[in-house]
Amino acid sequence: MAVSSCELARVAPDLPHRAGVGLKPEHIDQILAERPDIGFFEIHAENYMGDGGPPHRRLEAIRASYPLSLHGVGLSIGSPHPLDKDHLKRLAALNKRYQPAMFSEHLAWSSHDTGYLNDLLPLPYTNETLAVVVDHIEQVQETMQRRMLLENPSTYVVFAESTMAEVDFIKAVAKRSGCGLLLDVSNVLVSATNHGFDPIDYLEAFPLSSVQEIHLAGFAEAMDDAGHPLLIDAHDSPVRDQVWDLYRYVIGRRGAVPTLVEWDNDVPTWPILHAEARRAEAAMRSNDPVRALRHAS
Amino acid sequence: MRPELSTTFRETVDAFAAALADPNRPAPAGTRGREGASDQRRFAVYRNNVAVSLIASLAARYPVTRRLVGEDFFRAMTRAYAAANKPESPVLIHYGQGFPAFVAGFEPARDLCYLADVACLENAWVEAYHAAEAEALTIAALAALDLEGLAKARAQFHPAVRLLSSEYPIASIWSAHQGGGDVQPIDEWRPEAAMIARPAAEVTTRLLPSGGYAFASALRRGATIAEAHAAAGIEDFDAGAHLIGLIEAGALTKLES
Repeated sequence: MAVSSCELARVAPDLPHRAGVGLKPEHIDQILAERPDIGFFEIHAENYMGDGGPPHRRLEAIRASYPLSLHGVGLSIGSPHPLDKDHLKRLAALNKRYQPAMFSEHLAWSSHDTGYLNDLLPLPYTNETLAVVVDHIEQVQETMQRRMLLENPSTYVVFAESTMAEVDFIKAVAKRSGCGLLLDVSNVLVSATNHGFDPIDYLEAFPLSSVQEIHLAGFAEAMDDAGHPLLIDAHDSPVRDQVWDLYRYVIGRRGAVPTLVEWDNDVPTWPILHAEARRAEAAMRSNDPVRALRHAS
Repeated sequence: MRPELSTTFRETVDAFAAALADPNRPAPAGTRGREGASDQRRFAVYRNNVAVSLIASLAARYPVTRRLVGEDFFRAMTRAYAAANKPESPVLIHYGQGFPAFVAGFEPARDLCYLADVACLENAWVEAYHAAEAEALTIAALAALDLEGLAKARAQFHPAVRLLSSEYPIASIWSAHQGGGDVQPIDEWRPEAAMIARPAAEVTTRLLPSGGYAFASALRRGATIAEAHAAAGIEDFDAGAHLIGLIEAGALTKLES
């Protein structure tokens, strides 16, 4: 079959310590024509779960020239319900076909008896929910035959029954399941603002050595019932200064890590998105302690 | 795991989902904002995310329907659809296949009699876009069959092919609303049939000539060329020309007697 190009030569799958962006359909033709210099592309797995057609043809072409990160948004890992085995199979098939460098999913739930709710919904942090999440991640890693990365959420509410802090919960999940972590720095700022904690305290406690990818994104601003600022993880605008500051802090502590700029709504033109990735890369380079050491010696 | 606690997690999630589904319900009692109490505006962010993201997904699938009714009407119609019809799976490229049927029964859209059929065409277009790949037949395949063999031949269709027939000029309406330019009035208000195909990378939409829908539909149901010819129900129907038309459109993958 003409399009089954699995045998075509591809670049190595590994993500370089560089910046990438989310692959948007409106940019693909320009990317394929111009072959811009960028670290990698990330795709939302669910957008490539059709049987065939232009999405797969274009993704094959992208994958031939760039490393890829596979990011799931619909597995509902943080749900008390069992994982959807069909969905897990679809993820495993994409993983096999495109050989992404990373596979990541969220600490959230999104499916319920009523159907798929298409949002990353929060869960309480207790010993019991911890056991459920660890079980689910082990099932994912076993089915996909690879280590996955779990992403910290942005939340607007917390739960009365939570018995542990989010960062302790994530630390325990990583330790028990052996999964890696995707640190969404914007989510840290969003949740810190929304719940009134210090983002630096959160990052200090975060197991940075398990972080294999970072996400950066823009947010929107609102207010809650009590008049406190409420940040919304909207992915609809440039990365803000406070997030860049936290990002530099993380790189200074952790060293360079593949970093993704997420811009999923009100998607800008390709040059604007690409410039945002270059900005992340510049921040990564100038704050990487390993690189600084090398330059000093 | 301790089962009595497991019930609690389920109850928490059930209460959250129930409050998401019903805008008249307060935020779930177990959720907290910064003041240590549940917070309506905070919870409303989740409710809004669900509705807005599903509406956006329908807007991407039904751009012509949206242009035909305008932004406000489309938003209200899709909000009603999304409230009653949640996606069955996280694969949103399949979400909204039931929307044309919903439009057909949507009382405020009753005067726009053609709307549901246009939505059908848009849905078929997206299905074709994501359909499996297959090698389309070329005209050379006809050379392998003599006239008698041809009459007995049956066709296999490419998985992307969709056939549509309407009492309204759906294909003309659809093509008049492509792109952002001015919409030209439809020349002739008459029934139209269309075929959507995707033999290679691009989805194509073409108007089927008279008898073409019945002919192609019969072939698709497994009829021979001769039977499909009869099914076309038109005097002087040129089955050969229609067959060539289907092949040229990349609609067939096999022709065997």
